[in-house]
Amino acid sequence: MRTGSFYPSRVTRWVIGIILGLLVLIPLAMTLEYTFRDGKGHSLKHWAALFDPANKSTYSPLWTGVTNSLILAVATIVIVLVLIAPTMILVTVKFPHLRRVFEFVALLPITIPAIVLVVGLSPIYLFIGRSVGTGAWTLCFAYGILALPFAFRAIQASIDATNVTTLAEAARSLGASWLNVIVRVLAPNLRSGLMAGSLISVAVVLGEYTIASLLNRQNLQTSLVVVNQQDAFIAVIVSLLALAFCFILLLVIGQLGRMGSARKERS
Amino acid sequence: MTSMSQANRPGTPTSRVRRPRSIVAALGLAPFSIYVVLFLALPTVLAVTSGLFDGKGHFTWNNFTALGDPVVLRTFWASLWLSLVTAAVGAILGAVVCYALIGVNPTRPIRVSVDAAAGVLAQFGGVMLAFVFIATMGRNSLINQWLTRIGINIYSSGMWLYDLPGLILPYIYFQVPLMVITFMPAMEGLKPQWAEANAALGGTRWTFWTRIGLPVLAPSFMASYLLLFANSFSAYATAAALASQGSQIVPLQIRAALTSETVLGRQNLAGALAAGMILVMIVVMTGYATIQRRAERWRS
Repeated sequence: MRTGSFYPSRVTRWVIGIILGLLVLIPLAMTLEYTFRDGKGHSLKHWAALFDPANKSTYSPLWTGVTNSLILAVATIVIVLVLIAPTMILVTVKFPHLRRVFEFVALLPITIPAIVLVVGLSPIYLFIGRSVGTGAWTLCFAYGILALPFAFRAIQASIDATNVTTLAEAARSLGASWLNVIVRVLAPNLRSGLMAGSLISVAVVLGEYTIASLLNRQNLQTSLVVVNQQDAFIAVIVSLLALAFCFILLLVIGQLGRMGSARKERS
Repeated sequence: MTSMSQANRPGTPTSRVRRPRSIVAALGLAPFSIYVVLFLALPTVLAVTSGLFDGKGHFTWNNFTALGDPVVLRTFWASLWLSLVTAAVGAILGAVVCYALIGVNPTRPIRVSVDAAAGVLAQFGGVMLAFVFIATMGRNSLINQWLTRIGINIYSSGMWLYDLPGLILPYIYFQVPLMVITFMPAMEGLKPQWAEANAALGGTRWTFWTRIGLPVLAPSFMASYLLLFANSFSAYATAAALASQGSQIVPLQIRAALTSETVLGRQNLAGALAAGMILVMIVVMTGYATIQRRAERWRS
């Protein structure tokens, strides 16, 4: 070890890593064990039941929830890519003095608890229900707000790493329309940020419970609570799968970020 | 479009073109602004002001005076207490993890996995964490069976897992990863040169941490602590799934007020409770912003 370094020793690292790693992994391992129980010993009974057509009616809320959450994920990605990202580009290129204001607004949803938001959203969704319908997809408007801070950070990192203004001006001076500038010049350059922003929105949507449950819409999380009352094993299995899926999503995002920073170093 | 046709018109002075163009550009901000007003500003304002009206839409202070009700006060106290404790434990454990990760290259698989796991558990666990803890610590769990076998009954005083004390462990479980996410940048901001300067002046590892490391990190630690507090205070899903009955904390009391159809005008109590929560969040986040500004002095 270098003299004067404050880095922890290898032993310290391992001790901390093992103790806290165990604290995090034990509940997950215990949960996994729970899903293998079949009354007497352990088997794959409950995992197999998930794909058994005989249970179709019991699990039907679950499939509705999964379908709704996937639709919501796609709709929220559309909001991120069509509404949030272009506005961020516009602010960067045309209104740089509004950047701080935009950032403040974009990070605001972190400070407003979803449970508070839902109190005010319920009259708004009453109105939406009357005019557009009570379909679960309508939640995407609320979810876009929940995803905003996360998507903002992911996309902003990409914008900071790319010379958006120069690229936009160059393309404009060559006669490209703004639509072309955004779709064919900027989007490919901001690919990693747009990708990361979309994936993190998927994670936000898949984990959301507060708003859906209090506005009486079905999504993955509300259906888990419903199914849990009939078959706790299935609720736990699907929870573990969803957590694993989100973990993979975030691994991919980490990978994208790494690619982004590597590109930045090269240029 | 409009700006194009303007530019194509021969002989138009550029200074004249600039104005309509910036109006067109400003119009580009409109969709996002309308969206944020409709789904962020309006609901927040509605939530906070709905407490000022009764069920028939008449102005009243009744809902806000209901905040002084002993039951409501006790719930606010329970929420504050739960958040203070879980944020403290989470902040300390999370800081220890950050310490162990100092100097590990962010592109190493271990860092990438820790970051991803922290993100999932801190932000997207919700209901699923409640299930994980029921499976881990519930009556039928392995842990409870083992403890029973050696004569320890953790539930001798009642099934507390579905009550307020049951929230502590799941909350810590999502606080530690949030601390790792928020505190890691500060830890990485410690400069090796400071340690070298400390060593050159005859300092030890102990003096480095007591005289340099901890004082530099203290504001960031406090800021992260406040963020964790805010996170616990506003968390709903885990508590809702664990404590299916009762309103032990403020978010659950809002649930009760929103879903009760028996008591007229309870809907508006939800507004008053929401306003109370917002007030706490404003205090906490103002503190966060102030301390964060101080903390950033050492970064660059």
